[in-house]
Amino acid sequence: METIDAVIAEHPFFKGLDPSVLRIVGGCGSNVRVNAGEYLFHEGDEAERFYAVRHGMVALEIYVPQRGQVTVQTVGAGEIIGWSWLFPPYVCQFSARAVEIVRATSFDGACLRKKCDEDTAMGYELMKRLAHVVSQRLEATRLQLLDIYGPAVDTK
Amino acid sequence: MDPPWTQSDPLLTPRPYRVTRNRRELQDTVTLELESGDGAPLSFSAGQFNMLYLFGIGEVPISISGSPHEPDPLVHTIRSVGAVTKAICGLKRGQTLGVRGPFGKGWPLEAAIGQDLVLIAGGIGLAPLRPAVRQVIAQRDRYGKVSLLVGARTPKDLLYLAELKEWRSRFDLQVLITVDSAGADWRSHVGVVTMLISKAEFEAGETVAMICGPEVMMRFCVAELRKRGVVAENTYLSMERNMKCAVGYCGHCQFGPTFVCKDGPVFPLARIEPFFRMRGV
Ligand SMILES: Cc1cc2nc3c(=O)[nH]c(=O)nc-3n(C[C@H](O)[C@H](O)[C@H](O)COP(=O)(O)OP(=O)(O)OC[C@H]3O[C@@H](n4cnc5c(N)ncnc54)[C@H](O)[C@@H]3O)c2cc1C
Ligand code: FES
Repeated sequence: METIDAVIAEHPFFKGLDPSVLRIVGGCGSNVRVNAGEYLFHEGDEAERFYAVRHGMVALEIYVPQRGQVTVQTVGAGEIIGWSWLFPPYVCQFSARAVEIVRATSFDGACLRKKCDEDTAMGYELMKRLAHVVSQRLEATRLQLLDIYGPAVDTK
Repeated sequence: MDPPWTQSDPLLTPRPYRVTRNRRELQDTVTLELESGDGAPLSFSAGQFNMLYLFGIGEVPISISGSPHEPDPLVHTIRSVGAVTKAICGLKRGQTLGVRGPFGKGWPLEAAIGQDLVLIAGGIGLAPLRPAVRQVIAQRDRYGKVSLLVGARTPKDLLYLAELKEWRSRFDLQVLITVDSAGADWRSHVGVVTMLISKAEFEAGETVAMICGPEVMMRFCVAELRKRGVVAENTYLSMERNMKCAVGYCGHCQFGPTFVCKDGPVFPLARIEPFFRMRGV
C-alpha cells in the first residue's frame, strides 16, 4: 500500500516539498473517503482537521436563516479545505459537504501545529503555501461580492 | 411609395424584421427569433452584432446569438436593463422591429484552427459566444481541445440551460459551469468563473482564449489565463461601449484609439491592453 507521504507528494499543495518534510507531514495524515451527501465537518464544529482533496467535489456551505444551507464555494481535486485549525478558537466557519464521492487526505490539525512549531522552517513553508491559497480565495470572494453579473430585473 | 428602409444600405437604414418567436430564457432575458421582411437571411460571422431599432423608443447594439451556418431565423438574446431593451423584450409574435447590420469583427475562429480553445462566458456574455460554440461544434475536427467555462449569478440565471446540458454530454467538449451561490441541490461548481480556468484542459502555448462578460470579470480572467501561460496575442475579448452609428462615424463607442463598432467588438488583448484597465476609457 502507498504511504501517506507518497500519496500527498502528488497533490499540488505539497508538490516540491522535501521527502523528509512529506514524511513528517504525512505522519499527521490519514486517507479518508466521504460518500456523496455526507459532511466532512459542520459549521461550529471544533476545527480539528485539514483536508487535501484528491478526488471529488466538496461544497462549502453556510446556514442562512430563511434560505437554508447556501453553497458559497466548491473545492475540488488538487485543492485544500480548512484553515480554522490554525487559529484559536479552532472553530469551523463553514460546513463541508461531499457533492460526490470524495477521496482526501485528512490531517490532524493539532499534530500539524505541533510539528510546525518544532520545525519552523517547515512551518514557514507550509504557512506560505496556505497563505497563497487564502489570498486566492480572498480574491475570488471579492469578485463574488461585486455581484458582477448584476441582479435580475423583472420584465413582467 | 416604399418605406425608406426597403431601398437602402442595410448598415445605415434598418430593415423590418418580424418576431416569429419570443422565448423567455430568464426572469429578465428573452430570445427573439426574427424573420426578414424581404425573406433574405442575414449572413453573419460569430461575434458580430446588429443594431435593433424600435420606432419612437431607440436603437441598441445586440449580438447575434444564433448559428452562423443557420442564419434563418435571425436570433438575438436580450437582457432587459433599460428603456429600449425592456421594450424589445416585450415584443410579441407578429410585431416588427428594425435591424441594421451585421457589424464589427467577430471571434477569430479561422485564425484559431488547429489550436486548443478556451471560451469563457459570464452572464449574458454567453449570448455573443453561442454562435462561436455552435460553429466549433459544427467543425469540431478543426480544433484541438475545447473548453467552455460559464459563470452566472445563481443556477436560475444560467442562460440556454437545455443547450448547456447537451454540450456537457459531449465527449469532445469540456463544459464547466459555476455560479456565485447555490442551494444544496446544485451539483456543479460554486465560485467565480476565473477559478474554472485552472481546471480547463488546454496547452497554453497552443491555445486561443475568447472571453465575453462583464469587464471586471474579463480582467480577472486575463490575469488567470496569463498565469497559465496564454499570451495576450491569443486572448480575445468582446468589448461593450454605447453606440449610435455603428459604422465608425460618430465616435460614441470610442475605446482608446479604436472604435468598438468597427474595430471590435472582439479585440485581441494585445491591441487594447494599454487602455483595458484605464478608468473611464
Ligand atoms: C457590441 C455589443 C453587443 C451587445 N450584445 C448584447 C446582447 O447580445 N444582449 C444584451 O442583452 N445586451 C447586449 N449588449 C448591451 C446592450 O446594448 C445594452 O444593454 C443596451 O444598449 C441598453 O440599452 P437600454 O436603452 O435598454 O438601457 P439604458 O437606458 O441605456 O441603460 C439602462 C441601465 O443599464 C445599464 N447598462 C447599459 N448598457 C449595459 C450593458 N451593456 N451591460 C450592463 N448594463 C448596462 C446602464 O448603465 C443603465 O444603468 C451589447 C452591447 C454591445 C456594445
Ligand atoms: S457607434 Fe459611431 S463610431 Fe462606433
